[in-house]
Amino acid sequence: MTTSDQTDATTAISFRTVGVTKVYQRGETEVHALRGVDIEILDGEFAVLMGPSGSGKSTLLNILGGLDRPTAGAVFFRDREISALDAKGLTIFRRASVGFIFQFYNLIPSLTACENVQLVTEISRDPMAPEEALRLVDMGDRIDHFPSQLSGGEQQRVAVARAIAKRPEVLLCDEPTGALDSATGITVMEILERVNAELGTTTLVITHNSGIADMADRGLAFGDGRIVDTRTNTTKRPARELAW
Amino acid sequence: MTAINRKLLRDLGRMRGQAVAIALVIAGGVATLVTALGTISSLEDTRTAFYQRYRFAHIFARARRAPQHLAPRIADIPGVMRTQTRIAHDVLVDVAGLAEPARGRLLSLPTDGRPALNDIVVRTGRGLRTGHVDEVIVNVRFAEANDLVAGDTVSANINGKRRRLRIVGTALSPEFVYAISPGEVVPDNRRFGVLWMSRTALEAAFDLKSAFNDVSLALRRDAVAEDVVARLDDLLEPFGGTGGYSRREHVSDAFLRSELEQLRLMARVLPPIFLGVAAFLLNIVVARLVETEREQIGILKAFGYSNAAIGWTYLKLVLAIVLAGVVSGWILGAWMGHGMTGLYADYFGFPFLRYTMAPSVFAIAGAVGILAAAGGALFAVRRATRLAPAVAMQPPPPTIYGRSSGGGFLQTFVPQMRIRPATRMLLRHIARWPARSLLTCAGMAFAVALLVSSLFFFDAIDEMMDAFFSRTQRQDVTISFTEPRSENVLYEVAALPGVLAAELYRAVPVRLRHGHHSRLVALTGIDEGADLSRLVDVHDAPVALPPAGLVLTSSLAKLLGAGAGSTIDVEVLEGSRPTRTLPVGAVVEEFVGTAAYLSRGALTELMRESPAASGAHLLVDPLTQRRLFQQLKATPLVQSVSVQGTTLATFRAIVDETMGAMASFYVLFASMIAIGVVYNAGRLSLSERARELASLRVLGFTLGEIAYVLLGELALLTLLALPLGCLLGYGIAAYLTASFDTELMRLPLVILPATYGYSMLVVIAATTVTSLVVARRLARLDLVAVLKARE
Repeated sequence: MTTSDQTDATTAISFRTVGVTKVYQRGETEVHALRGVDIEILDGEFAVLMGPSGSGKSTLLNILGGLDRPTAGAVFFRDREISALDAKGLTIFRRASVGFIFQFYNLIPSLTACENVQLVTEISRDPMAPEEALRLVDMGDRIDHFPSQLSGGEQQRVAVARAIAKRPEVLLCDEPTGALDSATGITVMEILERVNAELGTTTLVITHNSGIADMADRGLAFGDGRIVDTRTNTTKRPARELAW
Repeated sequence: MTAINRKLLRDLGRMRGQAVAIALVIAGGVATLVTALGTISSLEDTRTAFYQRYRFAHIFARARRAPQHLAPRIADIPGVMRTQTRIAHDVLVDVAGLAEPARGRLLSLPTDGRPALNDIVVRTGRGLRTGHVDEVIVNVRFAEANDLVAGDTVSANINGKRRRLRIVGTALSPEFVYAISPGEVVPDNRRFGVLWMSRTALEAAFDLKSAFNDVSLALRRDAVAEDVVARLDDLLEPFGGTGGYSRREHVSDAFLRSELEQLRLMARVLPPIFLGVAAFLLNIVVARLVETEREQIGILKAFGYSNAAIGWTYLKLVLAIVLAGVVSGWILGAWMGHGMTGLYADYFGFPFLRYTMAPSVFAIAGAVGILAAAGGALFAVRRATRLAPAVAMQPPPPTIYGRSSGGGFLQTFVPQMRIRPATRMLLRHIARWPARSLLTCAGMAFAVALLVSSLFFFDAIDEMMDAFFSRTQRQDVTISFTEPRSENVLYEVAALPGVLAAELYRAVPVRLRHGHHSRLVALTGIDEGADLSRLVDVHDAPVALPPAGLVLTSSLAKLLGAGAGSTIDVEVLEGSRPTRTLPVGAVVEEFVGTAAYLSRGALTELMRESPAASGAHLLVDPLTQRRLFQQLKATPLVQSVSVQGTTLATFRAIVDETMGAMASFYVLFASMIAIGVVYNAGRLSLSERARELASLRVLGFTLGEIAYVLLGELALLTLLALPLGCLLGYGIAAYLTASFDTELMRLPLVILPATYGYSMLVVIAATTVTSLVVARRLARLDLVAVLKARE
């Protein structure tokens, strides 16, 4: 199904996919993770991807972020076909444009909060100072702590700082609150909301939590490798009002 | 410093134990290479400098009595740059405090000025003064061994007269870097001395006024030594020349070359063992690191780090370890090289020692170390760069244990054995990584092999000595006469105090020729059925003397390119100088020296003389030995006395001194390898199986039981490695004996069970201690944290 009828003509398109298919070879069986997905994500949009495990949402996010390549179909970022890029091109794309946030934070355990952010700012063209990124996520006072000295919520906030420090055009979040309690989860979502609003970063969030869909511009429901439902919110609920 | 470098440093800090263990192994390889190459270049430099500065000759020859006016004709031989004639005589020397008579080599020094060739370096005291005919300078080693200083006196039997000689100084000479008395197999500084006296004194003593009996030549660069020797032999022949020979056949230089050869062998064999093991260790350690950090690698790639940047990071980690190893190896090698060169300087008589720390030596050793070790890790580093970022983001799937996953045989076999689950776990773990298990096993096997193949030298030398002294040369004392004597001398000799049995021998200098090979040797005539000095075959069975054929030692046969049945041209360089062609009747195995034998009867016939003797082998009653020596010292007709027992003791002392130090290095090195291999294998196994082991603890297994699962694997691999290492050690020893085959010495391939036992014990000890260090970490296993950690 297409979503082009909902596109505002005045807003530029961030991502566009055409018939994206992904097939994994797992031993002797083929796993169809995506079966022809067509989607357009607008610049500055806050979109939520939902669906049961194995419905293909993480696969799509990986492909959009240049971590993986579709088996068939095309993916465009702005006007560039990223599905046609080689490994080196994808590396440059990720380096310049994409910020990732993962469920298990995936901080480098041997680096402090600040150093984890530096890891990214050092290879970016126009990053913010690591301290500034950490202040944005209210972690300004814990910059010299190692991941093992931080709580789960704090680690995720560092991960957010790490993702936004390079001022990416898109922020891709794979279950950012999955490992957090609800209060901490809401704090993280507030930060994502603020980044989206203040920096205009296109944000895609995978979640199992249907409550989160209320704060998005759009909610996309996945099932069996396809988008099965799309919901557009006319009014977005602020993150702080969410509960689960 | 960039964040990624900081991560690198902290990773390194976390795995410092493993890093140090690997660096140690690399250090071992680099150190042996630096030591060997550094010692080789130092010795070569020192030798060259000494030879040049003190004008060591290229050609040497002796005659009975040649007129001095022959000297200009010798100097006119094309290619000759410089000549030096002199008077040389072997005499019996009586040193106070030494029971047995010592052997002395008298050499004349020109009365006016320095000798043109074979100059000496006076170390203590002063030079000879003209007009003082009893003054003598002795070689430093002899003086030191006998506590002789300037002012002391020694007595010598010079031309039948007993003379008191006053020592005025001590000296070193390029001719006696390795001071060994003629016919002996090992140097004995107490019982062999070089005595330099004035030409005038020796001319008078030996009635050689305006004559000489020894000449040395230095050659021009373009001269052909063989041609010069041939012309020299022609000139000296009428005057009893015994054949010229070149520096290559000079015993001191030959020993020095043989020693250098041994060092080159060490440089070829040892470093590859170390570096091979280090390469393997780096490979498994970095592979494991990449495995545990796959998520971090995924993150870095997700944020835009390129494959090259990530590969470079891990390569830097490898290089950091390798560099640490290389630098420690350099330091250790320089220190050991310095020590070794010092040992050599002590052993050889060099007046100075140039320990050259040639940058090229360090560069070569460093480059070899880096290439070998980094090469080993390249595999693992490439795996890091090849991880697809999306795949890297997912946790690794559980390890597949099954019938199709490698080590198939063991995995099929194991489930059917009635064994405890813990044993089954450890067996399956070995079978799951057959290549790694095999390499771990091989690493320890190399440690055992290193010890076996280095400690075997003791066994080989013992065997060599045993073969020489107990099986072929079984006499207690050998004497030589100043002149050949008639057979009747046997009655005189047998009547000496304490002599239980005596056998005569006749020795004449000959040149043997076979094809284009030629060799100067002493042809020894021995009696049929001689029991003291006899010939035995490889199985220790006495070899019957062929009635008219020659018996050659295998090394001489090889030098001449001859075998049993070959015919050899024999040119006698004494008496009427007959020339005859003789068949080779037999070739015997002797490990030391090159020798040719003939029955004494056949030699008498060859010489066209009445039966004569050059000396006698004696079996002596030890209780009356002292009296025998006293009598021998006073017998003018005896030129030399050699005592087997003291020779053997001296040799043992030398071996213990030089090889004892080497042996402890090897024990250290083998331990370093064993520790490196076991520590890394243990830590890897622990990191892979922490969850598994913690789960067992939660299920109620004791610390001992989980230690069994972890360390049982290492114990089993060690057990497999021990016999493998012994076999490998035997192989390396076989290679060494085959390679180390100089004309002076060959090594028998003999390894005693005790050597195998000791080698295995060292490795078992190193393995046990290291395993216990790893096991201590089991006690610190945080059960809850391990189980909570994400799979």
